[in-house]
Amino acid sequence: MIIVKRKPLEEILEMTKDFKKLLILGCDGCASIIQVGGERQARILKLLLEMGQKIKGNGKLKAQAISILRQCDRQIATSSLDPIIAEYDAVVSLSCGVGVQTIADLYKGKLIIPAINTHFLGMHDTKAEKFYEMCLACGDCLLFETGGVCPLTRCAKSLLNGPCGGQASGKCEVGGWQNDCAWVLIYNRLKARNQLDLFGKFRMPRDYRVSGHPRELGGEKENEEGKT
Amino acid sequence: MRREAHSKLMKQINEGNFVFTGELEPVKTTKLDEVIEGARILKDHVVAINITDNPTAFGYMNALVPSYMIQREAGVEAVYQMTTRDRNRLGLISDVLAAGALGIKNILALTGDHTTVGDTPQAKPVFDLDSATFVYMLRKMMDEGVDLNNNQIEDPPKFSIGIAAAPNADPLEPELLKIKRKVDLGIDFIQTQCVYSAEQAQNFLEAASFLKTPILIGIAPFKSISMMDWMIKFVPGIKVPKEIEEILRKAKKIGGKQAVYEANVEIFGEMLKEIRKTTTAAGIHTMAIGFEWIVPKIIERAGL
Ligand code: SF4
Ligand code: SF4
Repeated sequence: MIIVKRKPLEEILEMTKDFKKLLILGCDGCASIIQVGGERQARILKLLLEMGQKIKGNGKLKAQAISILRQCDRQIATSSLDPIIAEYDAVVSLSCGVGVQTIADLYKGKLIIPAINTHFLGMHDTKAEKFYEMCLACGDCLLFETGGVCPLTRCAKSLLNGPCGGQASGKCEVGGWQNDCAWVLIYNRLKARNQLDLFGKFRMPRDYRVSGHPRELGGEKENEEGKT
Repeated sequence: MRREAHSKLMKQINEGNFVFTGELEPVKTTKLDEVIEGARILKDHVVAINITDNPTAFGYMNALVPSYMIQREAGVEAVYQMTTRDRNRLGLISDVLAAGALGIKNILALTGDHTTVGDTPQAKPVFDLDSATFVYMLRKMMDEGVDLNNNQIEDPPKFSIGIAAAPNADPLEPELLKIKRKVDLGIDFIQTQCVYSAEQAQNFLEAASFLKTPILIGIAPFKSISMMDWMIKFVPGIKVPKEIEEILRKAKKIGGKQAVYEANVEIFGEMLKEIRKTTTAAGIHTMAIGFEWIVPKIIERAGL
């Protein structure tokens, strides 16, 4: 899931202060699942913005809050937004950076204001109410070799051949020995499965072109197969 | 198979001599006097001196220049420490070639502490290579005369390659397996982080004996009680036995700074003697940054 967090209200108020008619656009995808950018949060933000601008003396703001199934899907976005978007001066998006950019690309004349900071691809730990980064989308997954623990993401140095000398009692030097050392996690997993040969394997320098920006995948062929 | 020794350090190790190495830290300065002075103090007591590379991620003078200068000015061989934290593979190649041009004989290949623990924590950490992939690249450059992409190197460099080890790592097995990767790639020697008893050295050397690689045990006397307190508090994995702590504290109370120095000589002299007598260590790596003069005293006390 893409882990996001709402921006401070002050920042959103500042970005929206010149607009009188705003569409507050929630996203029912990842942002909604973790209760940051769904319909409810869009409605709350609408109220906060209307109140905030009034208190700040920026005149009367008329906002409407809706949410769509996924802002990152062009088809879903156009079918929901085409009929209504003309009514608004700007859109406040509660989706990740992909959603914001998809909407911005679809409606180039419209200002799309991000109300969300996009953090990482991660996992929700319901008990501790915390989110953990799990994947950098590196384009060359090696989880098979590393016991299902991603060293690129979960090792602070993205080491392919860890652990480094900074681990102590299985904790990482980064952040003051609070977080697990990914390479000790990997070791424990592989050891439990009798796969220490995989641990001892030397991993060659990575080809960083695979994860260089900006990346594209597929081409005409894939589009023809229906993935627009 | 023993590789050819490209440095005095490796020659001495291969000849079976018990060797000492020292450590100097160029800091945030444009002056080289202190490093050269430190090298002169250590010169007759160690076979080579490590020059640290932005230790604990503090932005200091580039290690290559003092590595070269202690060889030229003080006539003592350098172990040029190189971390993969601050340069990508292009930067590493450049510096390795430059080191070759300047007559550096030893490289210690390190990953390096993370930028966030240093004095410029906002910096973007590099870690394009890690210490293992760096060793791989060094071997390719030296043995095949090419870089990672098989581009020819004119006059390939020759070094003896060392790596670091954490003797008190807990758990120890992943640490050993990690070292094994680099041993298999082809390194010449290992220098460990500091131990605080012959027993710690012994335990590690036994566990690491399957690596069949010369290991220099690291020792780091305490310059002051506050330094000891800091190490105990902030450097996990450092196990200072209670009695050492007590002896040093007592010394400080009774005789102040001078007594702490003397107690250090006593404690570490004894430890060295014990390590020499009871273990298979190839030598000792001494780290006494800022009070290098204590190293000869400790070695003398050990009767070595
Ligand atoms: S190796 Fe890590 S970053 Fe790469 S795809 Fe797999 S989980 Fe993601
Ligand atoms: S302690 Fe472990 S997780 Fe942290 S940087 Fe070192 S190898 Fe990576």
